[in-house]
Amino acid sequence: MQNRSVMFYVGAWLVATCLATWALVAAAAPTVVTDAARGPVPVMETTKPPRLGNAINDDTRRPRNHETQPPTIPHRIDGYQVDKNFNRCLDCHARGKTDFSQAVPVSKTHYIDRNGKVLEQISTRRYFCNQCHVAQDAAAPLVDNTFKGDGPASAVPARKP
Amino acid sequence: MLAFIKRYWLVMRRPSVHFSLGFLVIVGFVGGVVFWGAFNTGMEFTNTEAFCTGCHEMRDNVFAELKSTIHYTNRSGVRAKCSDCHVPHAWTDKIARKMQASKEVWGKVFGTIDTPEKFRAMRLELAQHEWARFKANDSLECRNCHNYDYMDFTRQSVRAQNMHSTYLAGKEKTCIDCHKGIAHRLPHIPAGAAPSDTPGQIVPN
Repeated sequence: MQNRSVMFYVGAWLVATCLATWALVAAAAPTVVTDAARGPVPVMETTKPPRLGNAINDDTRRPRNHETQPPTIPHRIDGYQVDKNFNRCLDCHARGKTDFSQAVPVSKTHYIDRNGKVLEQISTRRYFCNQCHVAQDAAAPLVDNTFKGDGPASAVPARKP
Repeated sequence: MLAFIKRYWLVMRRPSVHFSLGFLVIVGFVGGVVFWGAFNTGMEFTNTEAFCTGCHEMRDNVFAELKSTIHYTNRSGVRAKCSDCHVPHAWTDKIARKMQASKEVWGKVFGTIDTPEKFRAMRLELAQHEWARFKANDSLECRNCHNYDYMDFTRQSVRAQNMHSTYLAGKEKTCIDCHKGIAHRLPHIPAGAAPSDTPGQIVPN
């Protein structure tokens, strides 16, 4: 009898605690979960994405901001196929094709594998052009920045294509 | 056999006994119109997108790829359907192509490309047929819409101007030489497998 009475008190205390916690939580205003990366839109709502821009297509080579910057692409590349079957970029920019296409040839460094061996074709690690080279949108910067680059004096001059 | 043909030849030669000339002319005319209309309507039906995508080989492979390209969806909503590019528009050429295409019925019946694997394995060969056809007819199906004479070079990008004003204007190249794989994904093209100068790109291992 003694044991049972203790169990009863413990049980009653647990139930009371649970009820009190529930009451507290229910009384508090429902919290709105947001994610900084999505802006002020709550996680459970759909964001309104910005309009898609058209990439700049003026075929004018831009100077680099620093020596090791991969040059940007001065034309649209919408729908370009770059996969294990075909590389649309190399269809014009491969060194074997530039006589015909008058495109800027891929840098010689891209024909060297990581062991320094010079290959006949583009190196695997350089195959996916878009990993480094990107088309540009005529969009205002989303956040201010004070990046100056090397400045025009040391900017790599545009080669004759 | 010869006697059989002879008998019918005699029947055909003999003037009609029961039907008047007027009846024969009118029935012949109306019958001709009905036959011709039905024939062309039937053939046009085989040119519709619904017909082409009625088979899963087309619907799940090439048609699925077309959907994200500019020939299917674009800002102005003008679009090309399968037959616009793959069937000649002039009547005699169309009939010739349709007769060739009867081979595709064979392929469908015997499941030549009825799995994605089989399709991938055959893709280069199928593409080569189309490239060769475009090369041979000077990209006629492209030119049905894209007429060189009406291209405004000033509205083209610089690199497009350069290419069109030299290679295309000089008739050295035709559309398909450069614009391969614009409506479908390209297969791997080994060196020398394309009719023109898309070089066999050695995709690194």
